[in-house]
Amino acid sequence: MADQAILRPNGTDELVEAISQAAARGQRLEVRGGATKSAIGRPGRDTTLLQLQGFDAVIDYDGPELVLTAGASTPLADIETLLFQNNQMLAFEPFDHGVLFGLAPAATLGGVIAAGVSGSRRLTAGAVRDHFLGLRGVSGRGEAFMGGAKVVKNVTGYDLPKLLANSWGQLAVMTEVTLKVLPRPQTVQTVVLSGLDERQACLVMGQALGSQADVAAAAHLPADINGGLALTALRLEGFEPSVKARVQMVREQFGATAPCDVLPAEASRLLWERVQHVGALQGEGTLWRINVPPMAGAEVIEQLKPYSARCLLDWAGGLVWALLPTTDGGQAVRDVASALGGHAMLIRAPEALRRSIPTQQPLAPGVAALTQRVKDGFDPAAILDPERFI
Amino acid sequence: MFVKMPVPDGAVLSRRGEIVAALRAIVPGEGVIADPASLRAYESDGLTAYRQVPLVVVLPETTAQVSEVLRWCNGAGVKVVPRGSGTSLSGGALPLEDGVLLGLSKFNRVLDIDYDSRVAVVQPGVTNLAITRAVEDRGFYYAPDPSSQIACSIGGNVAENSGGVHCLKYGLTTNNVLGVEMVMMDGEVVRLGGQHLDPAGLDLLGIVVGSEGLLGVVTEVTVRLLPKPQTARALLLGFDTVERAGQCVADVIAAGIIPAGMEMMDRPAIHAAEAFVHAGYPLDVEALLIVELDGPHAECDYLVEQVAKIATINRAVTSRVSTSEDERLAFWAGRKAAFPAVGRISPDYYCMDGTIPRRRLPEVLRRMAALSDHYGLKVANVFHAGDGNLHPLILYDANQPGELERAEDFGADILRLCVEVGGVLTGEHGVGVEKRDLMGTMFTEVDLAHQQRVKCAFDPQLLLNPGKVFPTLHRCAEMGRMHIHHGAVPFPDLPRF
Repeated sequence: MADQAILRPNGTDELVEAISQAAARGQRLEVRGGATKSAIGRPGRDTTLLQLQGFDAVIDYDGPELVLTAGASTPLADIETLLFQNNQMLAFEPFDHGVLFGLAPAATLGGVIAAGVSGSRRLTAGAVRDHFLGLRGVSGRGEAFMGGAKVVKNVTGYDLPKLLANSWGQLAVMTEVTLKVLPRPQTVQTVVLSGLDERQACLVMGQALGSQADVAAAAHLPADINGGLALTALRLEGFEPSVKARVQMVREQFGATAPCDVLPAEASRLLWERVQHVGALQGEGTLWRINVPPMAGAEVIEQLKPYSARCLLDWAGGLVWALLPTTDGGQAVRDVASALGGHAMLIRAPEALRRSIPTQQPLAPGVAALTQRVKDGFDPAAILDPERFI
Repeated sequence: MFVKMPVPDGAVLSRRGEIVAALRAIVPGEGVIADPASLRAYESDGLTAYRQVPLVVVLPETTAQVSEVLRWCNGAGVKVVPRGSGTSLSGGALPLEDGVLLGLSKFNRVLDIDYDSRVAVVQPGVTNLAITRAVEDRGFYYAPDPSSQIACSIGGNVAENSGGVHCLKYGLTTNNVLGVEMVMMDGEVVRLGGQHLDPAGLDLLGIVVGSEGLLGVVTEVTVRLLPKPQTARALLLGFDTVERAGQCVADVIAAGIIPAGMEMMDRPAIHAAEAFVHAGYPLDVEALLIVELDGPHAECDYLVEQVAKIATINRAVTSRVSTSEDERLAFWAGRKAAFPAVGRISPDYYCMDGTIPRRRLPEVLRRMAALSDHYGLKVANVFHAGDGNLHPLILYDANQPGELERAEDFGADILRLCVEVGGVLTGEHGVGVEKRDLMGTMFTEVDLAHQQRVKCAFDPQLLLNPGKVFPTLHRCAEMGRMHIHHGAVPFPDLPRF
């Protein structure tokens, strides 16, 4: 889109004004934070960019209360630095999509919440939605409102933060967010088993998660994306004496199953960063993110073999990142995901494919109708980028 | 009873015979209860100050029956109140005089357990504890543990987003439920979530959990199972002041430790509990902390040592570490019996449930003591110290004229205080009837309207559990209208800020 108009409201009052006017005119808005995920969704939508900026201060942070409140356009990196300095973290392990699109890191706090971005630890620590406590924002009605609260335990009224997480800006523009924060583990080690095929890996990861070793994350890199040697990674983190004991528990559990190595802290961090950035799946083609029940991860890989898909398993098999070399196979990915009880989202693809196939898995008719009614309540004029995922 | 329920619809009351007959055509045999004596068993839930005999009770056994009942009621304009085990402490299952009470007690089967994927699929009438009982021989459990877990149903837990003493580390219901099958008021059956993580679109499951029975009737629940920790140990710590106990809690968390449970009791609660169960609690302290650590042996041993050191720095006057499972359970015995213990020293008690930022605890307790003097009613406090969830127990005697009303006023003042210091009206019991009219202290009309439009998306006729959560239920057509502030003037060119 050439010469796309850009709105840059300054403060909540101007944001209310901008959205009210857009609603009155039926002018569609694409909400943008750090623009790291702009290439996700149907291209060429007739929208005006609404650049969220200036909502970038840490408003309240009290470590022992386990709560942080900040403006929605605060860079994710700034928040992570602040938490790191205080030995805390966002436990759902958000990551910056810039790396997937060859862009510099620029993700904002509001952006990772709106897109529901959770990393490897999501498996055991929960997703964005599990740590998202409260928000202020302006709905598509042009009304400023708040939902949730600023304490870790709250059931007062409807849990609007759950609805806003993963809503991709289609209900409201968030201006202020409150998140639960948690202590950062003192140390981390990763037990790496080599040579397992995908089915064995899913079983091993499932058994590890079902053990008392308190595994924090479990991923599998098949041989074809890891220089010919498959790796199954089990992350153990926490206090030094505990990690040491649990590494031993895992080694004893799987020592006879496969050759077993232990990666110390730094090597461990690098491996998980590779998983997080889907490092092995860069390059041409189409990148899918497929959520299925964990034991179905191996089956997804099997069924996508005819399309020469290269895959990475995270969340003990429940998350499959699949890179298909061409634009073929899109419908197959959708069908496989749905047959296995899950769904697939198109993350990185040429424009032509993003025009011909919806980015998100179509919902069952009843759920789709319900979703539309919920959206209508927040955005009756349908101005908050309603065509992004159609 | 201060909170007024919606005025019963005379036309519906007069059609009672027709309604009973229609329900009998859907749910045969003993599944429809209409005789006055049997109906009385359903007149109240765990909030016993509020009572109302329902129009009729229906106990369906299948999702298809639930769907038919709701579809019929929706078409006939008859209100429906869903009910699990009836243990709500906020009146969430309080019947309506002109409403059908839909009980899920016959949905009591565990449908599937998948140990590889660590999930269980259960019907909503299965009790919270029964899920753990079904999987514990394989070393698993279901983490949320509300204190009513022996009786409360998982469907009720979903409705209320129930917590428990372990939810600081393991989360509330919402963090442990993966999917539901739900029947909407118009009879449509939808599935939200499943055995995978994270939804394809909007997180409707996230809004359904904790919606207090106003959005749909859940007929199946998929929950996450966790491996039982290798071991658990507890510390019993006594302090001369509430401030020191609070600082100890903050220091434990600042040291990077998230205990499995961290409970505080004030002097009146300690004394009531000790007199009741003889747990061996010290009686000369102002605050008692129970800190429980769980996990592998090596971790527990290490953390117990760290917490003991932190307690010493904060000048704990009592510091005991459990050395056996029996001793750990003894530490908990008093805390777990705190409510009945208070019930023993007072004819009645009223349990509150606000959450506050923990750093404000000393101030909140001081002001609560002043309110206690003002109302002439005693109060004992138990506190989920890790997450700031406070349970003041107001002692009163319902047989003394005016005492119940005084207790309710006192409770409302406590909740206003919680909101004033940056907290919330309810941490885990729900709004229900009880806190409905206090919602305005936390939310503006605009905030509430954004919540109520979600209700309208699910139940546009407002027939499902009306009179709960929202102080005023506006007609959905009215809610949908948009007020265009600038509609009257010609629009200037697109503003470029």
